[in-house]
Amino acid sequence: MAHSHNTSHGAPAPVGGNLMNAATTVSAVLIAVMLAVLITRFIFGLGAVTNLNDGYPWGIWVVVDVVIGSAFACGGFSVAMLVYIFNKGQYHPIVRPALLASLFGYTLAGVGVIFDLGRWWNFWHIFWPGYANPNSVMFEVAVCISAYIVVMWLEFSPAFLEKWGKHETKKKLNKVLFFLVALGTVLPMMHQSSLGTLLVVMGVQINPLWQTQFLPLIFLLSAIAIGYGVVLFESCIASSAYRRTIETHLLDPMAKIMLGVLACFLIVRFGDLLVRGALVEAFKPTFIALSFWVENLCFVAPFLLVGSATARRNPAKLFLAGVAIMLGGIFLRINGFLIGYDTGPGWTYFPSVPELLVTIGMFAIEILGYIIITRRFPVLPREADHAFSARS
Amino acid sequence: MQAGENSRRRFLKGCAAAGGVAVAAGAVSTSVEARETRSRPAEALGLLYDATLCVGCKACVAACKTANKNPAEFSTLDKLWDTPLDTTGHTFNLIKMYRNGTMETKDAETNGYAFMKTSCMHCADPSCVSACPVSAMTKDPVTGVVGYEASACIGCRYCVAACPFGIPKYQYDSPTGQIGKCELCRHRYKDGNYSACAEVCPTGATLYGKTSDLLAEAKRRLALKPGSVTVYPRGNISGGKDQSYEGYVGTYKQHVYGETEYGGTQVLKLSAVEFEKVGMPNLPPEAAAAHSETIQHTLYGGMLMPIAVLGAMTFIAKRNVHHEDASDAVQPDASKEEA
Repeated sequence: MAHSHNTSHGAPAPVGGNLMNAATTVSAVLIAVMLAVLITRFIFGLGAVTNLNDGYPWGIWVVVDVVIGSAFACGGFSVAMLVYIFNKGQYHPIVRPALLASLFGYTLAGVGVIFDLGRWWNFWHIFWPGYANPNSVMFEVAVCISAYIVVMWLEFSPAFLEKWGKHETKKKLNKVLFFLVALGTVLPMMHQSSLGTLLVVMGVQINPLWQTQFLPLIFLLSAIAIGYGVVLFESCIASSAYRRTIETHLLDPMAKIMLGVLACFLIVRFGDLLVRGALVEAFKPTFIALSFWVENLCFVAPFLLVGSATARRNPAKLFLAGVAIMLGGIFLRINGFLIGYDTGPGWTYFPSVPELLVTIGMFAIEILGYIIITRRFPVLPREADHAFSARS
Repeated sequence: MQAGENSRRRFLKGCAAAGGVAVAAGAVSTSVEARETRSRPAEALGLLYDATLCVGCKACVAACKTANKNPAEFSTLDKLWDTPLDTTGHTFNLIKMYRNGTMETKDAETNGYAFMKTSCMHCADPSCVSACPVSAMTKDPVTGVVGYEASACIGCRYCVAACPFGIPKYQYDSPTGQIGKCELCRHRYKDGNYSACAEVCPTGATLYGKTSDLLAEAKRRLALKPGSVTVYPRGNISGGKDQSYEGYVGTYKQHVYGETEYGGTQVLKLSAVEFEKVGMPNLPPEAAAAHSETIQHTLYGGMLMPIAVLGAMTFIAKRNVHHEDASDAVQPDASKEEA
């Protein structure tokens, strides 16, 4: 991030190239469609465009755009921890791209919340003493995510400062960077765990497969593992789309670390299920049980895909392992918040087409932003230097 | 790049430091006590709904609409009168019906029918109040009434998701939708009125008063012999004019619903049909709010743990970031060529 480079690594440099292509055009169209849906929503209310109801007051705008979206945005947090806390300097070239994806993921999650808030003009109440309720898990999540978004923009700002030649400002920022980095590790630990704690107050309405006092730890561990999975995914996509060398020498050891975190996650997850005796629910002939097994197969799959050292040098397998862990993260969160949530008979929810279009539009913003910024700002490591560093 | 051995040593040192912080933070946090489930305030107000006395006239549903200035809601094609099928953002009280087989006998589980009132239970330890991030849901410290303040509400609907009774409801049909729920007619107390549903109930099936009085009345009824004759109060059990009458004792299930559920509720219920069959969930005596706030306060009590972890992370990051800053100064800025 702020240290644009290390002597041995490829310095971040703009990829360059044309901004008008199929990917950016499609993204722009999807974003326009999303805006049309959102205008309708703000004029006529949530009921006009969503399938939300009082049995399922939270739909995909909360569960996908915010809960899953922010977990997918943990790449920056997970890699920054490796580089700055565990001092694994060799991962430095992937910090900035990972942070960029995180920046988008979190900023959009923050903006996406506004679309879902029924009384959005009161949003500032969360930060206002007298209104704020520190007993509320939602309060913790909202304050913490907002703070993290600010911290991440500051952490990422060297990329802009370099481009605009503001080297004095960059130097000043570098002096306090260590504190931003520290905040950037503590804040995600806080809210990624709290996103799990959100379910605790829903009590018996959440299936015992997902209702546990260990939710904060389960969500935190899964978010860290997903962070590495997302970096695998993004690195492979970026390499393929921009025809760049794949950073296997970094992704191989990082995948190993990911498996370690994932193993911790699975031990806590199944240890808790066994101790509480909740695993019987998984052997009932229900859709919920099936969804539970799909979730956990996705979390086990990376061990089968990249468990061996040879497999970890195979970009296709690294990519699939990243996809598997991301799918596991999707299922864990959708299962907890929607499929394993039973609020009584008679209620059903499946997202409406306009709801889906907004969620798709949010991902389109992420893709469009990623393309524009990596092509115009110094984010990805310079290819020539990088190739050199790969040989050394 | 550093030699592998050096890097490994640093990594292990980092791990050790992080582990030490976690242990220290854990030690700090264990001093924070678990948040116990709260009980009702001494002067808690509530309702006693006795399903065996209810005749399903729905006078309480109509009175609730008037008292809360709520519009009619329709579920039939002709739209002649108010016919909501569930409580909504515009319907805070509803009488639902249990039906089985031939529906011959009132209050029989098989081949019978029964009524059940659906409205806010005014929990001793409400999930909605714990969930609300902006204190729009409040519990009155004296009366225990769970109130809602639209001007504070951000419309996040966490209260809707949290409530085990499905009571707070949101108005999805409006761009400025509010949460709608029973507030025990707290806005009518200053004029000497009380809950409209209890005021109009012709049989005393819905009775208003202090929850302590209502609980004693409920236990009195459960102790009576089914089929015998007793006196049933109507309206307000804790004051006002005597409107009592004589009636037959129902075949109650020996369970005052709301006495202990989630730490107790201020609205209590009696029924001749299993409570789960008439839509009242089976709830443990500990409130989910207590579990949630125990986690919240263990992790964030006095912000001790976050500050301890932040301190340690700052210490570690200062060392590691500094090292890379130095290398930054050595090499000329690469971005200059593009700028």
